[in-house]
Amino acid sequence: MKSTVWRRRAAFPVAVASSLALALSACGGDDEGGSAEEPTAIDTEADLSGQEIVVTNWAEYMPENIAELVKEETGATVKVTEHATNEEMVAKVTGSGGEGLDVIFGSQPFLEAFAKEGLLEPIDPQYLENWENLDPKAQEISEVDGQTYWAPYTWGTTGICYREDLVDEAPTSWMDLLEPEDKYKGKVTMMGTERWAVLPAQKALGYSLNTTDPDEMEEVKQLMLKAKPNLLAYDDTTFYERLISGEAVMVEAWDGWCNYGIAENPDIKFVVPEEGSDLFVDGMAILKSSKSKEAAYAFIDTILDAENHAWAAENILYGVPNKAAMDSLPKKLTQQFTTLGERREEMLEGENMTDIGDAASLYNQIITEVTAS
Amino acid sequence: MADTLARTVASSPPRRSGGLGGLWVPLVICFGFLYVPIAVLVAMSFNGGGSAFTWDGFSFRWYAELAGDGRLKSAAVTSLLVAGGATVVATVLGTLLAVGLARHTRSRLLEASAMAPAILPDLLLAIGLLSFFYVASVPKSTFTVLLAHAAFGTAFVVAVVRARLAGMDSSQEEASRDLGAGGFTTFVRITLPSIAPAVVAGALLVFTLSLDEFVIAFFTAGPTTQTLPIAVYSMVRTGVTPEINALATVLVAVSVLVVVVAARAIRVKERP
Amino acid sequence: MTNQPAPAGRVPRRVPAGATTDRRRLLLARLASRREAFVLLTPGLLFYAFLVACPVGLVLAYSVATRGRFGGVEWGLDLSNYSRALEPLYLEVLRSSVGIALLATFVALLIGYPTAYAISRLPGRWRTVALVLVVVPFWTNFLIRMYAWIVLLNSQGLVNDALHGLGIIDERVGLLYTDGAVVVGLVYVYLPLMILPIYAAIERLDRELLEASANLGASRLRTFWSVQLPLTLPGVMTGCILVFVPSLGNFVVPELLGGGKTVMVGNLIRDQFLRAQDWPFGSVLAMVVVVALLGLFLVQAVVTRRIEGPARHG
Repeated sequence: MKSTVWRRRAAFPVAVASSLALALSACGGDDEGGSAEEPTAIDTEADLSGQEIVVTNWAEYMPENIAELVKEETGATVKVTEHATNEEMVAKVTGSGGEGLDVIFGSQPFLEAFAKEGLLEPIDPQYLENWENLDPKAQEISEVDGQTYWAPYTWGTTGICYREDLVDEAPTSWMDLLEPEDKYKGKVTMMGTERWAVLPAQKALGYSLNTTDPDEMEEVKQLMLKAKPNLLAYDDTTFYERLISGEAVMVEAWDGWCNYGIAENPDIKFVVPEEGSDLFVDGMAILKSSKSKEAAYAFIDTILDAENHAWAAENILYGVPNKAAMDSLPKKLTQQFTTLGERREEMLEGENMTDIGDAASLYNQIITEVTAS
Repeated sequence: MADTLARTVASSPPRRSGGLGGLWVPLVICFGFLYVPIAVLVAMSFNGGGSAFTWDGFSFRWYAELAGDGRLKSAAVTSLLVAGGATVVATVLGTLLAVGLARHTRSRLLEASAMAPAILPDLLLAIGLLSFFYVASVPKSTFTVLLAHAAFGTAFVVAVVRARLAGMDSSQEEASRDLGAGGFTTFVRITLPSIAPAVVAGALLVFTLSLDEFVIAFFTAGPTTQTLPIAVYSMVRTGVTPEINALATVLVAVSVLVVVVAARAIRVKERP
Repeated sequence: MTNQPAPAGRVPRRVPAGATTDRRRLLLARLASRREAFVLLTPGLLFYAFLVACPVGLVLAYSVATRGRFGGVEWGLDLSNYSRALEPLYLEVLRSSVGIALLATFVALLIGYPTAYAISRLPGRWRTVALVLVVVPFWTNFLIRMYAWIVLLNSQGLVNDALHGLGIIDERVGLLYTDGAVVVGLVYVYLPLMILPIYAAIERLDRELLEASANLGASRLRTFWSVQLPLTLPGVMTGCILVFVPSLGNFVVPELLGGGKTVMVGNLIRDQFLRAQDWPFGSVLAMVVVVALLGLFLVQAVVTRRIEGPARHG
């Protein structure tokens, strides 16, 4: 009997080993590579009613009825899915090689990195009737090596969002957030991921937010370590709600999301610290793997329509790089949300946030070290 | 409630010398700890105001909001689909595996392997499956979540059915075979009926585990797949609204119902 | 038996000469049984090979590969990921994760053991009720249970109200987003997993043994320490492992209740896969956790065997 038992026992490891070998042999090399980048020609006469695209965007970052709007105007079917952060979007795209997604919304550094990696379809503005509506500066920063890779959707800056009624003096410097007065300790939040986690410290120290200098970043890390005990939390998604509830009195915020808070409580204000801040652009890009590029272009063009783009600005309260759209915003809105009105120019003075290439892992490591300390 | 329990303890005759003394203390602490948070959620779900923290009058407002939430509804449907599919796959494979293990091998290694996915840390299985689907170029979707859930579900079915088989002797099956019945007939006519309660219990276990599973689903879901836990996760992360309280109350009610019904069913079955 | 049975999987060409009908039947039956074993075991094992063995093997293979910029890897034999895991920073994360998970396990044991004991002393009907009450929260959505603590521990929340009302604190304090909140969350989520195995172990106890101890004049405390506790230790170990293992790998509780300020090894692994896109390093961290857990299982197996003795394995 012994031999049979042994054989059966051996069968399992053998099965495991062989299936492992099978799996490993299946993982050939990735053949994604940056070839000569020319936009693919599309059929502008194509019947879009048979095309369906999947779009991923931040939650509540575009009109809810966008799918109906696009269907009505172009016939294409749009399915919307959401991500909470750029990193989640990156995970979605890379986890499946872009399979199952057509259009992605993301911030410039991430889209730039994707473009360099050869994941994005170059965009040919001639297919976008409404391209002309866009601000020339925004058009320019949507290029990588002279080729356009995304259509700018919103742009803005990062600053401090605060409760005027709960602080004695309005913050003016990033240091007000990094080293708050004793009474505000435990009542401030900063963003905990991506580039915005390091931005306050970078700017407070007078460095570029695209720096790749390890020594500068070491100082940034030290400052972040000192700031951590003063924080209520690292928060990228709900900081404006913490201001509304009074849990926090000062938070690092994007201008548009601070506006969400202002909409609920007029005592909430937004300030760009004196050391300066960023100019971020969130764009719409088409994945190279998309099989419905005509519909993807049609979707983007629908959004860039002055009326629709203005609709977006009115509802998500971020500025859009679309002059016609911005000019058409109702007076009441631009008065309530000054970042959409008189202070628009100030918003656009920031340093453009761009891809930092391999230094991204240095940034990641610093963020890990700080949050793990 | 804990109070009632304590009183019961105090008034019932002690089972051994020394009495029950201060034993109600841990009961009160434990059940207080377990149920106060749930009670608060349930109470706040009837809050008329917009805050999840401060009371502002009684209202069913958030239930109405919940009923009208298309995203949650479709997430619930996805979850039921995944749980249903995973249950079918896991129950079939797990039952076969358990019978095979009990009747045809004595390999401890094989047995341990068959139950391993139930013990493996979920995060390990999650990143492993993420990598596997990536390497095998299987686009992530609702179906990949279903497969992933079936994988760990199978282990639970094996564990439950195997335990039942261990308590049974195989003389009936041998008799059936001696009388000339084939393996298949014996399996369907003799083995299956006698392990049916365990198979059902295993299936129920997989179904409920899958409904509640978050980590593996989070890693293996496609870009547009939202199971209920994934939807709840993004809700909790992107803001605290009383709608979650209403959802919580509904889910608690459902689980109380399921547990009570299951407990009843088991008791009825156990009675001769 | 003089003849060895036919090797598995190979069909004997012919029945040995002079075999009796009985022997032929026996052989045929054995063949049928082998085919049956094949039919029963293959689907499940194949399924496992693909969906469990392959993935786990891949994580192992990834751990010695080099990262690609956007997820995925370049294959190779690169041990630098392992040496990176030994850097003080990551060791510190491991240490603090183990610390938090241990503390959660300890607190769960502190609440769980007396509770399990008390439940075992309840009269029959109430015992069932109590057990159902232990299980119900466990079948309630995990994220919802976390959310309950966000509501409770918030600076505008009930716990603050209570402490304030009782005059214990003058000003609202930040209870949420601390290590303490993470521990409370973990205990809350996994407490039922501690209570149930301990309860089972206590139920299995031979009451006569306890009574004998009492009759021999041992105090209750003495009986507990030298008779009951050692005999229920396997249940305690099981409970501890059931709480410790998922606590260690958890990333949701630190994220939601720790406010991103507490990083446990689970967060680190999640971040390597879904944020930093460094799959090899994430795999290394996962392997480290697995090895630690394997060690733990080994200890448990040894302890259990020693306590339960040869009687159960004879």
